[in-house]
Amino acid sequence: MSVVSQAVDWLSESSHWSGDDGVPHRLVEHLGYTAETVVIASAIAIPIGLLIGHTGRMRSLAVGVSGALRSLPTLGLLTFVVTLIGIGLTPAIVALVVLSIPPLLAGAYSGLESVDRQTIDAARAIGMTEWQILTKVEVPLALPLIVGGIRSATLQVVATATVAAYIGLGGLGRYIIDGQAVQDYPQMLAGSFLVVALALVLDGIFAGLQKLALGSRPSLTPSRA
Amino acid sequence: MNVNKLTAAIAVTAALGLSLAACGGSDPTSGKKSASDTITVGSAAFPENEIIAEIYAQGLAAKGVKVKKHLNIGAREVYIPALKKGEIDLLPEYSGNLLGYLSKDSTATAESDVEAALAEALPSTLKVLDASKAEDKDSLNVTPGFASKNSLKSIADLAKVKGLKLGANPEFKTRPYGIPGLEKTYGVKGVKFTAISDGGGPATLKALLKGKVDVADIYSTTPSILANKLVTLEDPKNLIAAQNVIPLINAKKDSAKVQGILNAISAQLTTADLLDLNSKNQGKDKTAPAVLAKQWLTDKGLI
Repeated sequence: MSVVSQAVDWLSESSHWSGDDGVPHRLVEHLGYTAETVVIASAIAIPIGLLIGHTGRMRSLAVGVSGALRSLPTLGLLTFVVTLIGIGLTPAIVALVVLSIPPLLAGAYSGLESVDRQTIDAARAIGMTEWQILTKVEVPLALPLIVGGIRSATLQVVATATVAAYIGLGGLGRYIIDGQAVQDYPQMLAGSFLVVALALVLDGIFAGLQKLALGSRPSLTPSRA
Repeated sequence: MNVNKLTAAIAVTAALGLSLAACGGSDPTSGKKSASDTITVGSAAFPENEIIAEIYAQGLAAKGVKVKKHLNIGAREVYIPALKKGEIDLLPEYSGNLLGYLSKDSTATAESDVEAALAEALPSTLKVLDASKAEDKDSLNVTPGFASKNSLKSIADLAKVKGLKLGANPEFKTRPYGIPGLEKTYGVKGVKFTAISDGGGPATLKALLKGKVDVADIYSTTPSILANKLVTLEDPKNLIAAQNVIPLINAKKDSAKVQGILNAISAQLTTADLLDLNSKNQGKDKTAPAVLAKQWLTDKGLI
């Protein structure tokens, strides 16, 4: 019997869907880590990205730093943070936040850069303050790209949050790491399927949100009202 | 799709195909068999095993045996088939784990039982020579403070500690020597288990030192045990199987000369030696396995 069909059997086994080690509980944990990471990373990266996009300053610094962050291996970073502060939720969240900052930052500043300069000049000409320009013109127009940044950050985190299991936390990574420990390849593959399915569902949701963001942009043509 | 994208797509598809094929048990070490008078020494992919393999290789070479090296081969699932096929000929093994691999239901844990069972379980193509006294096995460790507070000397003493927290690799939860064995053999119940997947490495150590866990499973030859004065709990009932370092050789390459050299090495190798070699390899000196092997052989008068 192939590993794939054994993995499907694993998923259809009802005992794998209840209790602390069951799929629903692990799924909730996994979503919890993902949500916490993306919220914290957004709170850090989006304001910085907006500042860079609005002022046009420090762009090359941001590109360089986020490029460097991107190349950090998450598992290595996780182990490093653990050797500093010990095991627990914090090192996992720190490692995942670092992973998700680059796409969020890029989404925010490239979103603002994509806004037509003439529109901004016009806003300035009619006497808007810088804050008004940012909040009433730039951010609404850049929203689809900002949401796009959140979308790709979320997908990266969902896929990578499996490393949390490496240091004894829960989440869908438990199936992969525990499976590997005892050469239970069907369980590992079933865990991977669940991560992929979760990523696809979240991507679908974000695709919808991005469309909404696109639709809610202020129209540049005078309204008929 | 431009050419670059197409190339990338083909590369990704090929890589996926390869990795799936690897899962299917294909053999990444597949290579040519060595000439009949040459011994190809292999090792598993961790430093200690590499050091012992270097000791074997240099010990043999010093006595005029032709030696080739093929070190750092992933897991037992890969190197045992390679040994059977003669792609490698000799590898340092650990008695208990090798027995567990060859006969999944074996219950032998004491040193002599493991070696007797091993002799029976080996296929005719493979042989083990004399085992050394050196052992690298799971060991349960506590901090000196925790040991004196709860007057702990042996695993059996853990039974009186309430709400015990234990950190180990994930397989410890289900394997006979793990949580089930603690309960059955020593009556240690209600253990709160934390899976830390670094094989008793820095994350496990940090968890132990910071009190996130009370007991940590750390391999007995890990330098951190010495460096942090950890107390390794005794195992009077042999819960954890013996893991003596033992040369595993392809039967075709087993000659009186080779046996003599390797048995002389095994006669001198001890757990303390392994701890010392590992400390020098992983400590601040980072001495290379080949250098350490030469030093050891010279110190013991073997070359």
